[in-house]
This record gives sequence, C-alpha cells and structure tokens, in this order.
Amino acid sequence: MSGGPIEVVERDFGELALNMGPQHPSTHGVLRLILHLSGETVVKAIPVIGYLHRGVEKLSEHLAYDQLAPVYERDDYLAPTANSNAYVLAVERLGAIAVPRRAQWLRAFVSEWQRVSSHLVWLGTLGLDLGGALGGGTTLYMYCFREREKLLDFLEELTGTRYHTNFNLVGGVRYDLDPAMVAKSNALAASIEAALPELWSMSGGNPIFEERTRNVGVISKDLAMGVGITGPTLRASGIAFDVRKAAPYDAYGELPLEVITRTAGDAEARFQVRMDEIAVSLKLVKAIADGLPSGPIFTRKPLKNPKAGKLPKGEVYAAVESPRGELGFHIVSDGSAKPYRLKINAPSFKNLQIVPHILPGGLVADVVAILGSLDPVLGDVDR
Amino acid sequence: MPAPEIVASLEARFSATPYTLGVEIPAASLLTALRALRDVHGYRYYVLGTGTESATSFEITHAVRNLESNDTLFVKVVVPKDAPEVDSIAFVYAGAEWQEREIWDLFGVTFNGHPDLRRILMPDEYPGHPLRKSFAMDTPWGYRKAEAPAPEAGS
Repeated sequence: MSGGPIEVVERDFGELALNMGPQHPSTHGVLRLILHLSGETVVKAIPVIGYLHRGVEKLSEHLAYDQLAPVYERDDYLAPTANSNAYVLAVERLGAIAVPRRAQWLRAFVSEWQRVSSHLVWLGTLGLDLGGALGGGTTLYMYCFREREKLLDFLEELTGTRYHTNFNLVGGVRYDLDPAMVAKSNALAASIEAALPELWSMSGGNPIFEERTRNVGVISKDLAMGVGITGPTLRASGIAFDVRKAAPYDAYGELPLEVITRTAGDAEARFQVRMDEIAVSLKLVKAIADGLPSGPIFTRKPLKNPKAGKLPKGEVYAAVESPRGELGFHIVSDGSAKPYRLKINAPSFKNLQIVPHILPGGLVADVVAILGSLDPVLGDVDR
Repeated sequence: MPAPEIVASLEARFSATPYTLGVEIPAASLLTALRALRDVHGYRYYVLGTGTESATSFEITHAVRNLESNDTLFVKVVVPKDAPEVDSIAFVYAGAEWQEREIWDLFGVTFNGHPDLRRILMPDEYPGHPLRKSFAMDTPWGYRKAEAPAPEAGS
C-alpha cells in the first residue's frame, strides 16, 4: 500500500431492519422489537408481543370467583399481590362483600412491600441494561437483589411463600401480622432505607448514567394522555395521577401518601420517580405497621364448593396502583358463579404501547435505556 | 342523536363517584361522541377498551377519563354478530390502537379505519378468535410442525 491519505467513504446503505428479541437479555422477558435503522438511528420500531399469552381471560370464564385470585398473581409476576388485590376489590364491589378494616390495612401493607421489591428488580435490571456505564452493571443488580432477598425472606415468614403470596381472598386476607413481625418489618424498612443512598450513588449519582438517560425517550404530556400510559411513567411526564390518591382503595384513604411527579418526561425522570417511590413506600409500611387497627382479618372464608358462590348480575370495574400503574379488572357477571367476561386492564400493555412513538429518532443504544425505564413485565403485557 | 346531546345524556347519567360504569350510544355516533368528549369535555386520557359477547351482538366498551375532575366514562357501542364492524377510534385516542387490535384478535370484530389491524396476542396465522363463546377450551393450538431440511446430496 502506498502512504497516501486515507479516504473515508460514507455510503448510504439504506434502511436496515434489525430484529431485537424475543430472546434478548435487555427485553425483560419475551418482547420482540423490529427496529428499522438508518445507520445508528432508529427510523421505525414495531413491537411484537404475545409470546407469553396464556389466555388468562379465557380461563377466567371457566373457573369460579373463589378459585381465580391465585391465577392472576401469575400475571404481573413482579408484584403478584397487586393483581389479586385488584381482582378481589372488583368481586367485593360486585357482590357487596364487606372487608374488615384490619384486612384493608394488611392489603396495603403487602402491596407496598411488593412495590419496593418490584422497584428493586427494576433498578437492578436497568443497571444491567445500561451495562458498562455502571461498572459492568451487575454490581448494581447484585446490590438491589441483596436488599430484595431480605424482603422476600420477610414475605416468606409472613405468608409462607416468597413470591406468589396468595395473600388476598374475597372478603379479607389470609395471614395476620403479629407484634414480632411488626418489629421485623420496621427493622427491614430501616435497613432498606439505609441502603438507598448507596443504590442511588451507583446509578443516579453517576455522570455516565445521567448522560445515558437525560433527554432520552421523552414523553410529552399530550402523548402520555392520548396513549394512556400509567403509573410512574405517567407521573414522570408531569401528570400527578395515582389510583391510590384518585380513587382510594384498601387503607390508602387514611394513609399519608405523597404522589411523586417529575416534569421532564425522560428516562431520568422515570428513574427519579421510582427511586422516590421506594422511599415513600417504606414510609407507608412503617405508618401501616404502627397504626394497624385490631379486629378480624376476613368476613368470609373461601367456599368449600366454589361453584356455589354466585354473584349478582352486573358490571364492575376496580383498579389498584400496581408498581407499573393502574391495574384494573373489568368484570361482567351474568349472575352465575363464574365471570361471564373478565378484562384485565394491564399497565405494562399500555406503557409498552408508547414504544413506537418514542423510539424513532433515537439511537440503538437508547432503545435498551428507554425500555428499561418503562419497566414492562411481559407476563402482564400478554396475560 | 347529535354529539352534544349524547355528551349531555352521558353526563346527566354520570354520578360523582369515580368508576361509574357505562352508557350505550349508537355505533354511528361513536367517533363524534368521543371527539367531543376529548376536545370539549376534557376526557383526554384513554383508560381501556374491551369487548363482551352476547347471544346476538358484541358490546365494545371504551373507557376514557378526565384527569382534572377524575371522572371515568365507559362508552359502549353494540355491534351485531352477523356484521361485526365498528369505527376505530385510534385516531382520536392513540391508546386505543392496541386495545382494538386485541379485540379484533380475540373476538373478531373489525375496526374500520384502524391504521394497523393485525393480530396482537395470537400468532399471525391463527385461524380462530379465542374469546368467543363458541371457541372451546380444548381447541388444539394448531402449532405448525417444523419442516426438516432435506439431507444434502452426496453427504
């Protein structure tokens, strides 16, 4: 070769269609994205879902009301209790079934603990997604899972199960909290609260993290409302909507709840909202543990013959604020012991719908950062 | 019935508690009613879309919310089973796009004017609509058998 100047030739290769997933580590499950790229820039993004579709809504039409709550705990598998909580609320509203005050507080108690657990998984996997920027990524992941492990141990001691707690039943809850567990809960809340600054310094406090998330995947207020995104993703776009505040259920009407919002609408704002929500949830579990009213924990036991538990004819909608947003159950009853039609209004499904709107114009590297900041759970998306 | 009257009747029947369930409107007025709800009455947030099958018809429900007054409206239209077609509202509420795809996928109701009406949960080539009552629980999944590649000549 002669020593002449090196000539750089830029060629336009046109659009490249890149298939990301469904077996991709940063798609949080089995999400497939078809990305149309022009160089490093995303031109068009088409999400393909349904790989985890298990026909839960069809199954609902074939099981009795009392048999169904544990089924939904498998939907959003990062916050199982939120699913069964929304379901039992809908059934109780339809059948005008009373719930003791202590049970309502206990439901909020476990929901808030699982919100902390879910947000810790989200933070850890966001660290994995951003990878090398955060010292290999696995460091943050391991620190988050260390905290979450204590939490799962606590839930195991309370309910016998680490994960799918099967805590809620129609008309109350299954397990009670004794004074020893209250003390454990308070100690656990204090220890996780003490670990939060450490987690923050590994993520939000890192300048590379800022660079990867600031002004990335911006969702404007109008787009957020039209698409109907929900939960922390909505609140990061400046809309202070939280089901716990807007339509209080369980004990939330009596609890000091602070709704966290940010206005930037980018990945960093969504990160900050969730980080602050962990602290708010820890405050809530302390408030619940200290102010827990006494009394029974259920008004009716599960029926020995579930098929005998008929509910009145009608239509009902009940929603809770799951860690991912508004999780609602819309039940149409024909007066029998099984739902005639049951629709799960899944927050991840709605949040994932924003993807084709915000990915175009960004870089390929931003795709994983944006997906991580949306926190979709594919079991919840596909149902 | 013109749109303002529909909205007035919707609001007249609407109580102050959140999540009061629905009113039915004629299928032909769906788009006008929802546009008026969004632009005039501040129902700018799309909550959910769902379908329910009855003996002779499908009931399509759209829920929209006014985030300022915190009211949720369930707007329903009934479409006959022999001609399951209804206007798409995906251009009024972007969030309806996937919900309508899901209803098409699971019930087989066509949404006229939908930008991209494809299956969303079931495989693209799936023949049936699983949430119809006529669809039995034990219907085989109908996976295609993978075709084994032909052995190479001479090997």
